[in-house]
Amino acid sequence: MATLELSVQEEIIAAPVKQTRRLGTLFWMAVGWIVLVFALAIFAPVLPLSSPTDMDMLDRRAPFSALHWLGTDGLGRDELARLIYGARISLLVGLCAPAIGLTVGGALGMLAGYFRGRFESLSVGSMDVLLAFPPLILTLAVTAFLGQSVFNLTCILGILGIPTFMRVARAATLTLARREFVIAAQALGATHARILLRELLPNVALPSLAFFLLGVAVFIVVEGSLSFLGFGVPPPISSWGSMIGEGRESLDVAPRLAFLPAIAMFLTVLSFNIVGDTIRAITDPRQGSL
Amino acid sequence: MNDAALLSVEDVAVDLPTPRGNLRAVDRVDLALGAGRTLGIVGESGCGKTMLSRAILQLLPKKARLTGRVMFDGRDLARCSAEGLRKLRARSLAVVFQDPMTSLNPVLTIGTQLTETLLEHLELDASAARKRAVELLAAVGIPEPEQRLTQYPHQFSGGMRQRVAIAIALSCEPKLLIADEPTTALDVTIQAQILDLLAREQRRRHMAMILITHDLGVVAGRTDEVAVMYAGRIVERAPTPVLFKKMHMPYTEALLAAIPKLEAAPHTPLPAISGRPPDPTRPLAGCAFSPRCRYASDRCHSEKPQLAQAEARDHRYACFHPIKLAAGVDA
Amino acid sequence: MLGFLARRLLYLVPVLLAVSLLTFLIASLLPGDLAYVTLGDQATPENVEALRRDLGLDQPIWWRYIGWLGHVLEGDLGRSFRTGQTVLQAVVERFPVSFELMLFAELIGLAIGVPIAIACAARSGGPFDRFMTGTAFAMLSVPTFLSAILLIYLFAVQLRWLPATGYVSLSEHPLANLRFFVLPALTLGMAEWPGIMRVLRSDMIATLQEDYIALARAKGLKPWRILFVHALKPSSLTLVTVTGINIGRLMGGTVIVETIFALPGIGRLLVSAIGTRDLIILQGVVLCVAGGYVLINFIVDMLYAVIDPRIRHGHA
Repeated sequence: MATLELSVQEEIIAAPVKQTRRLGTLFWMAVGWIVLVFALAIFAPVLPLSSPTDMDMLDRRAPFSALHWLGTDGLGRDELARLIYGARISLLVGLCAPAIGLTVGGALGMLAGYFRGRFESLSVGSMDVLLAFPPLILTLAVTAFLGQSVFNLTCILGILGIPTFMRVARAATLTLARREFVIAAQALGATHARILLRELLPNVALPSLAFFLLGVAVFIVVEGSLSFLGFGVPPPISSWGSMIGEGRESLDVAPRLAFLPAIAMFLTVLSFNIVGDTIRAITDPRQGSL
Repeated sequence: MNDAALLSVEDVAVDLPTPRGNLRAVDRVDLALGAGRTLGIVGESGCGKTMLSRAILQLLPKKARLTGRVMFDGRDLARCSAEGLRKLRARSLAVVFQDPMTSLNPVLTIGTQLTETLLEHLELDASAARKRAVELLAAVGIPEPEQRLTQYPHQFSGGMRQRVAIAIALSCEPKLLIADEPTTALDVTIQAQILDLLAREQRRRHMAMILITHDLGVVAGRTDEVAVMYAGRIVERAPTPVLFKKMHMPYTEALLAAIPKLEAAPHTPLPAISGRPPDPTRPLAGCAFSPRCRYASDRCHSEKPQLAQAEARDHRYACFHPIKLAAGVDA
Repeated sequence: MLGFLARRLLYLVPVLLAVSLLTFLIASLLPGDLAYVTLGDQATPENVEALRRDLGLDQPIWWRYIGWLGHVLEGDLGRSFRTGQTVLQAVVERFPVSFELMLFAELIGLAIGVPIAIACAARSGGPFDRFMTGTAFAMLSVPTFLSAILLIYLFAVQLRWLPATGYVSLSEHPLANLRFFVLPALTLGMAEWPGIMRVLRSDMIATLQEDYIALARAKGLKPWRILFVHALKPSSLTLVTVTGINIGRLMGGTVIVETIFALPGIGRLLVSAIGTRDLIILQGVVLCVAGGYVLINFIVDMLYAVIDPRIRHGHA
């Protein structure tokens, strides 16, 4: 590379324009949707909703009406109520599973990146092995044998998420652990724990947060897929996925039964993706994918 | 000398929008070049010489804005259609870039990169193109040209790669060749060879050539005329021997002094020009060189000197305190 | 290059071993006595005991693992008690279906993603580029089963152009076979093209900034030649990697599509094995799938050399 002197012109033109991801309208709309869904889900029991389990066999697959804003499903249950209660389950699994991955994977990653050596090789190797397994199949197998329940589902999905979070935390720790402020802290006699918690953790947290949000999107989809096939949350508990699965039967007569929860799921997943991706672009502009 | 200039750059300016404000890379430059003549453009990195060459070639970055006229063979290149421009290339305008490692495509063979121009512009068939490619490689001094056709750029040495780039540039017999720092990326020992090759081919084909460099020593003896650029403007322009004998711009004098001389004693410190070129997004009110000029006065800091004519015809300079000295230089 | 190959191969072996171990452990540690479950309603205490001895279930777990591994290396992955088929037979029977689906899906993904990526890179920043990038991003938020439902609704229910479920083998009736594969492959392809498009687009945008593209323009070459011959090839490295990884990932990812569209592939085999508690099939097939995934990643690593001649000559 023979530009012997970096000319002023080149420097100016090449200056990485800090694309302050103007947290634009799209970002805030996504946040708004997430807040809305959360609020509805959390406050569901106190909202003036019909019960999601009351069946009205005389009024099945009813269209939109004043009584049932979004109509009724194949068993006469109120769609709107079912959507909101379904959100609770989808969000519960969608949040808890990556949370497990974040804590366990994050801790593992930070330790691996900080201490290096055999511990690191072992961790990375085992993550590679875990990643070789098709996640859906692993989940299917475990839930089939251990029993279908929200708890089991969340646990196994959480474990499957560990490698990704471990990678992120390890990468962040690797770049940071060699910086001066860490060496300075070590020179001052700080213990490993102190360095990990006080110096490294805050810096690892932000990129991990971005992946957490993206992980929520992924796990909502995974849980949805499983429930759609009947292997996720056990009936009578229903999440958006199972609603879509049930709606599949009525595609020819009442497609809205499948599409309403589908839209809800799509908007939620999209919102988490937008927020997660925006934060990722801020914390690591090189990887900004939009 | 041909009165109707082959290339006439008229009041050309190039502006680039940047996050820090507007950057005027080329500031109202006028140039003329006759067929078969060689012009040297000399200046430090960042003076705008590369942008000027891109402006002439109409290869500016997307965001750049060009004003002025670039008259080539009677046509304004800046107003040409994209297709019209494309047809002009290679046959009229050719270029050799600075670093042959990056200017040659690493995943295509040398043969492909040579013949595609021939196939596109000269409408030869494949075997005729191949033959011509072999001739071209031989002409630029590459041994065993037939074997080399199927090789990739990384299999050549730096000097060889630049020879290939020159072969590509010459392949359609262009009327004008622009060589942008053709030897900067090469070993010193190879530099003279490449420059000699360019000079030889230029004479043989009666081709006009613009040689862009930061080294005054390169243009001595190899160019008919020299233009010195600083901060986007031409600050001195003269026929080469005149420039070296009677330079007027303090900047030119400083550039010349920075060339290492054979007869100087060993370990003689090179008088480098102190300071840096100005930030092009914040142009100075006065002469752009004044902060670094040892002859600068108050007038220099507040007023911009325009190009004025010196005693000799064709010699122009922009300075309030031109030096009147005869610098003896062995070219 | 040979050293590189040897080192990667060496790394491969412990990974494959670990995969086999994990598979075995999962299968054996799952509750539900294998013998009991296998015999189903024929499970009397004597039968169960006999079967346990037969299967070697009374041996310590490490011994059983070694034994199983030994069988595997000889090519014997076990035999299902339900169907009587060997695992190998079941896999060989089902694999072509899944493979056809994966291939078809990846081709659709490429057919959609590559042209869009090139068009976006050629006019990067323009309205088309921004629109397509946004669409690609949105597509990534659409779960596979959702695309499936949408496509079924559109093409099978409303327009009635294509069948919603069913399968006919390629050898029996090629045209009908393809007809059955269109919707499932399209479903998966919809999920594949955004990833492909993004990767190629960003690589091409970077390539188009290179000096050799500027020179190609200076040579007056036709724009399409610059795009397809000069820019596409150097940009395709990441694309090849991604495509390879996708195909590997798809191996386990066809479960949903196969179930929805009732295709008799590996995915459905696994799902039914889980349903019928056929642990032997489960164990054997998971091993195949996971092992295949590891191998494909390895092949992709090696493919680099084909694309980039610099690596071939040891210059990268």
